[in-house]
Amino acid sequence: MGRLTHLQRLEAESIQIFREAAAESERPVMLYSVGKDSSVLLHLAMKAFHPSLPPFPLLHVDTTWKFRAMYDFRDKVAADLGIDLIVHQNPECVERGINPFDHGSATHTDMWKTQGLKQALDMHGFDLAFGGARRDEEKSRAKERVFSIRSAQHRWDPKAQRPELWRLYNAGRQPGQSIRVFPLSNWTELDVWQYIHREQIPIVPLYLAAQRPVVERDGALIMVDDDRMPLRPGEVPEQRSVRFRTLGCYPLTGAVESSASTLTEIIREMLLTTSSERQGRVIDHDSSGSMEKKKQEGYF
Amino acid sequence: MAHTTNDLVATDIEAYLRLHEHKSLLRFITCGSVDDGKSTLIGRLLYDSKLVFSDHLAALESDSKKVGTQGGELDFALLVDGLAAEREQGITIDVAYRFFSTERRKFIVADTPGHEQYTRNMVTGASTADLAVILIDARKGVLTQTRRHSYLVSLLGIRNIVVAVNKLDLVDYSQEVFDRIEADYRSFAAEIGLSDIVCIPMSALAGDNITEPSPNTPWYDGPTLVGHLETVEIADDLHTGPFRLPVQWVNRPNLDFRGFSGQIAGGVVRPGDRVRALPSGQESSIARIVTADGDLDEAVAGQSVTVTLMDEIDVSRGDVIAAASEPAAVADQFECHLVWMSDEPMLPGRPYLLKLGSRTTGVTVAQPKYKVNVNTLEHAAARTLELNEIGVCNIHLDRRVPFDPYTANRDMGGFILIDRFTRATVAAGLLHFALRRADNVHWQAVEVDKTARARLKGQRPAVVWFTGLSGAGKSTIANLVEKRLHDQGFHTYLLDGDNVRHGLGRDLGFTDADRVENIRRTAEVAKLMVDSGVIVLASFISPFRAERDMARSLLGDGEFVEVHVDAPLSVAEARDRKGLYAKARRGELAHFTGIDSPYEPPETPELRLDASGSVSAEENAGLVVEHLRRAGILEPPAPGAEA
Repeated sequence: MGRLTHLQRLEAESIQIFREAAAESERPVMLYSVGKDSSVLLHLAMKAFHPSLPPFPLLHVDTTWKFRAMYDFRDKVAADLGIDLIVHQNPECVERGINPFDHGSATHTDMWKTQGLKQALDMHGFDLAFGGARRDEEKSRAKERVFSIRSAQHRWDPKAQRPELWRLYNAGRQPGQSIRVFPLSNWTELDVWQYIHREQIPIVPLYLAAQRPVVERDGALIMVDDDRMPLRPGEVPEQRSVRFRTLGCYPLTGAVESSASTLTEIIREMLLTTSSERQGRVIDHDSSGSMEKKKQEGYF
Repeated sequence: MAHTTNDLVATDIEAYLRLHEHKSLLRFITCGSVDDGKSTLIGRLLYDSKLVFSDHLAALESDSKKVGTQGGELDFALLVDGLAAEREQGITIDVAYRFFSTERRKFIVADTPGHEQYTRNMVTGASTADLAVILIDARKGVLTQTRRHSYLVSLLGIRNIVVAVNKLDLVDYSQEVFDRIEADYRSFAAEIGLSDIVCIPMSALAGDNITEPSPNTPWYDGPTLVGHLETVEIADDLHTGPFRLPVQWVNRPNLDFRGFSGQIAGGVVRPGDRVRALPSGQESSIARIVTADGDLDEAVAGQSVTVTLMDEIDVSRGDVIAAASEPAAVADQFECHLVWMSDEPMLPGRPYLLKLGSRTTGVTVAQPKYKVNVNTLEHAAARTLELNEIGVCNIHLDRRVPFDPYTANRDMGGFILIDRFTRATVAAGLLHFALRRADNVHWQAVEVDKTARARLKGQRPAVVWFTGLSGAGKSTIANLVEKRLHDQGFHTYLLDGDNVRHGLGRDLGFTDADRVENIRRTAEVAKLMVDSGVIVLASFISPFRAERDMARSLLGDGEFVEVHVDAPLSVAEARDRKGLYAKARRGELAHFTGIDSPYEPPETPELRLDASGSVSAEENAGLVVEHLRRAGILEPPAPGAEA
């Protein structure tokens, strides 16, 4: 065995982070969003504790508005691996029928995801949560820590973050504090795709191009995934060959036209493409919320 | 560079992926201030490796016109800035990590902002770097900050240095200027032990010698910056060093499998290798190297693995499995470098937590031997370390741990200190060597012991520790308690804040550091007195929880009785028998507890006395004696009891 490749080094680092965090936590959990980063995160967690199962459950903070293919994939993955899956839906949202059409994307996201996540963490008393965020996703993420301290209100306190040296992570908590841990911090989008390719990690088929019913709305291609989506006058869903570069709530996730129907074709397209990953997320364009603000509110 | 990538992507994506899956990874740190063109350099590296997407590029173009400094031309610095804005928002800035990739390597760049907090940030960024790029402005040459950067980089053990002599376009690409700077730098670097140095003449702004050899420097025949970063061989001592596996996790899926998981911190391991578990010293052999991808015949430094052993020996998280032929040393006292990273200064004698590898232990730090001026490298005397200061200190751990000197192995010799109360990371440290002192001081095993002495006195020795604000009435109550105990025939001694300070603590003032040391001395004296069988009444403001806990930890179970003499600040200040509050309020007395220095009340004292004035001192003294009686302190030890 010679020198390690960059993917081997990233993998070894992520596994070290998983083990360290699990060892220093009383009730860890892994946030699972069903996207490709979550798939890689889960794959690494399985490797870190092999031949045991990871010593923590998965938590999916659901909005009821994800693509149907995501629910199918989520349930199959959990069953195949034999790992506990907790699905949390904010009961207040269920009751009030919060949705992106009547309440706007900001309220929808805040109530289902941000508030829902806090509820779920409090309800189960989790003191440490793994997430799949990467530093290359956005300029402001570049200085985020691997172990990020949250207050009892789940707020990210920029002044309380700790310097991280060598491979030493400080998971110490004062009463009420919790920690978010990001094992993919040093991965780029290209690393993630290369690793999925090398390890043949299953991903939701929505990442691959197929004929899907879409409408063009506000400059984005929105897939009509079920009959809950109210069509505006003149909108007629048409079948187009599209795929998704990120996955979220279907009414808030723009598709890109593509014929890339295999993993290698996706990677090829990604390398030749000229727009960055987060552009497909309607939520980032919403004027009310910068990444920084969402983070302080506990979105991640 | 970018073109060939795109060609291969377009024509043969499988070949591209094969190529890129075998890339290596290089982590480096860039050192320099904003004026050196650091952000411009990093921005250009990202831009040239085509990691800037069109939407980012559109933003860059419009930002360049709006706020750029390049007259409407692309301002690469805007791709990476953001640290300035964060500073305005009061966000803790230490290190931003950037990523780019070429045909041959993936790069992780640690980018640290300049100016204040530079030491803390640079040390953090350098701790994970294989190489450092030190920027020098060609117009300014080797500056004080160049020396500081180089010292910190060498302290953290980085041996590969690239000196980027930047802004050469502003000195007409003068070879003379470049040669002079190179000679200056090399002579300075030799003094601090840096020898593997490559100097590159360049302009990050104009793109000279970044990816392509520049026609403007025909006299230079060395590598371009990217060319060098892509090909430089990092001497990997870790692969050739002895095997080290800090155990992070004991993996027990069932009774038939017991594996030890961790990331190999040094050397190579194969099944059959003889290993020693540390600190226990028990030996065994490697049975299997288990991974999710199947068992391995060999694993090297940097890999995360799980090993099983041939024998059932006791290994837990925090232990190190090491080559039996070259095991790590085990010790509990060390000399080390400390880099202080907290706004709260280091307090000699205060207990902190130390994390080394996967092990966390208690530790106290002695007063620094000296601190290092990072600009001049001169040594200066120090009583404490402040934020961004670097010093050499002895540390005392509360148990023995396996280690290697930092220069031999970063993961086995690099540690962090953690505040016991806030849990913040307050310092980074580098272990140098173990002190032998503790091995030379053996306690005499004496036959006349604590129990024997106590029995003669018909009591159980203990420390009754009165804590509270100045003026709360601690000494008054302690005096009354001592008088009553004495009248009843018990052997007592009163250690008082005032009388101790006149002798034992004569050299100490009232800074936080001195208060901690004062309490440490008092606690050690109290401990000796308890060993002599005496009931010690200690009356000290002792404002910090950590020091009271330290005093408690020196004594046996039930031997430490913490009494909180609880008076509100307003009441204590109104009494002000010594006129101290008035002085403090006038600013004539600094670090006065309750005024400009905090008091941390005990969370669970053995006894809390209401000293607000509604209960008399006599009554409170009675409550203390009653508590001691109930706690069994006023009875002789039971026959046969161990001390």
